[in-house]
Amino acid sequence: MVRFEHVGLRYGLGSEVLHDLTFRIDPHSFQFLTGPSGAGKTSLLRLLFLSLRPTRGLITLFDHDVATLSKDALSTLRRRIGIVFQDFRLLDHMTTYENVALPLRVIGHAEDSYREEVVELLKWVGLGERMWALPPVLSGGEKQRAAIARAVIARPQLLLADEPTGNVDPTLAQRLLRLFVELHKSGTSVVIATHDIALMDQFDARRLVLHEGRLHVYD
Amino acid sequence: MSTTDARMQPQPRALEGLPGAADLLPRFETPIVPQATISGHALVAVIAIMTFLASLTTGAVMLVRAAASEWQADVAREVTIQIRSTVGRDIEADVAQAATIARAAPGIAEVRPYSREETARLLEPWLGSGVALEDLPVPRIIVVRIPAGSAPDLARLRQELGEQVASASLDDHRGFVARMRAMSSAVLAGGIGVLLLVFAATVLSVMFATRAAIATNRPVIEVLHFIGARASFTAGHFQRHFLQLGLKGGLIGGGAAIALFALAELTGGRFAGSAAGDQFAALFGGSSIGALGYLAVLAQVALIALVTAASSRYTVYRTIETIH
Repeated sequence: MVRFEHVGLRYGLGSEVLHDLTFRIDPHSFQFLTGPSGAGKTSLLRLLFLSLRPTRGLITLFDHDVATLSKDALSTLRRRIGIVFQDFRLLDHMTTYENVALPLRVIGHAEDSYREEVVELLKWVGLGERMWALPPVLSGGEKQRAAIARAVIARPQLLLADEPTGNVDPTLAQRLLRLFVELHKSGTSVVIATHDIALMDQFDARRLVLHEGRLHVYD
Repeated sequence: MSTTDARMQPQPRALEGLPGAADLLPRFETPIVPQATISGHALVAVIAIMTFLASLTTGAVMLVRAAASEWQADVAREVTIQIRSTVGRDIEADVAQAATIARAAPGIAEVRPYSREETARLLEPWLGSGVALEDLPVPRIIVVRIPAGSAPDLARLRQELGEQVASASLDDHRGFVARMRAMSSAVLAGGIGVLLLVFAATVLSVMFATRAAIATNRPVIEVLHFIGARASFTAGHFQRHFLQLGLKGGLIGGGAAIALFALAELTGGRFAGSAAGDQFAALFGGSSIGALGYLAVLAQVALIALVTAASSRYTVYRTIETIH
């Protein structure tokens, strides 16, 4: 599904923040991406969801060399990836329902075809009563769940989550992890970037550990 | 719940044909691009002000153009026959004969010889009153008016006068008209230059204000990009929104300018016939920019709205380029 071969990344003329990364993410797999703050987790996630281009190496996504793809082809590829941002990135002028439905709207689905599905998902993540609320009045946990719902509504093949439990209490963190596990069971490959050891200890999964820009894989 | 909280909590509503509380489902009603933003209001204000200024400049150029052609036409519609005082010739008889020749020429509206008294009055500012003109070789003047649209054969008239009245000469004001034409062309060229500068300033300020407004929406563009929206989808939504803003601002500014011109036209009509009105008309021509002027203002409004929409589209594409 995803293949990195000798990938390096530097910002501008600075030194490399990621060195010689070589790894794979298989279909239906679950992995934690971890490492100390500043190790490059977010940069690696940005490479994975195509918001950064590597300065060297080869990235293959869904059997496509991303360096050779056009902008529109990259957009099409991005639709197969769900992303949960650390800062949620919900649109404040839209209701929770509209934020979650947005990925379906941008790919041109008619609203009648997805309305009930979105409502069902919102109920599943515990936001059934908040679907008319605008993000500024949602709590941190509610925003987090809305961001996750938006990431999974289009049934992505790969889900990337950047510190999805960073803003929530341990109980909610556990609930969110269960949600990711459910998604994984339904066939989605999941990559969760976190430095929460307790969270990783709750689910036995592959660990990708970034340290000083180098990746160590523990299957 | 406070007013703000109430605004933040849009209420559910029943769907048509689906009775019951269980069928209360939301709808995607919010536009993709935030509508009532501070930057959007500022952009409308910039567009309105710049459209107003550009429209005023356009109107002023139209007025100058109309006045310049009016001046030229006025001068061109009049020629003068001068009868020199010559020893041994009866100047009164020469004046009468020259007037008869002029009246007989085709394409002439009016021939008016200036009498001795009128000639004296013409010279009064230089010679003072009470001067005995009989003692001076003062030429006499015949004013010949040509109707609008008429093109009399002035060369033939000049030839006939030369053959029959030796002391007569025809002045068709050619030199004066040429100087007037050069001056009015210079004024018009200056006006068009100012209009181009104002229009360039309008386009540039609208472009930069649009870019600034788009910059405040960068988070929306980024989110749309990351969830898989094609650049054309995002740019299309922004383009439609900014076209509306451009039309709104343009209609406010252009509408205000049109109202001002209409008011000037109405006021000018009221003063027509009065001394002030006549002086104003003599200097600036009419106070109406005419149908062409109003059309030019409306065309400007449309063009500025298109510039706004095109700028937004271009800026969105550029923004997406920088995201990746």
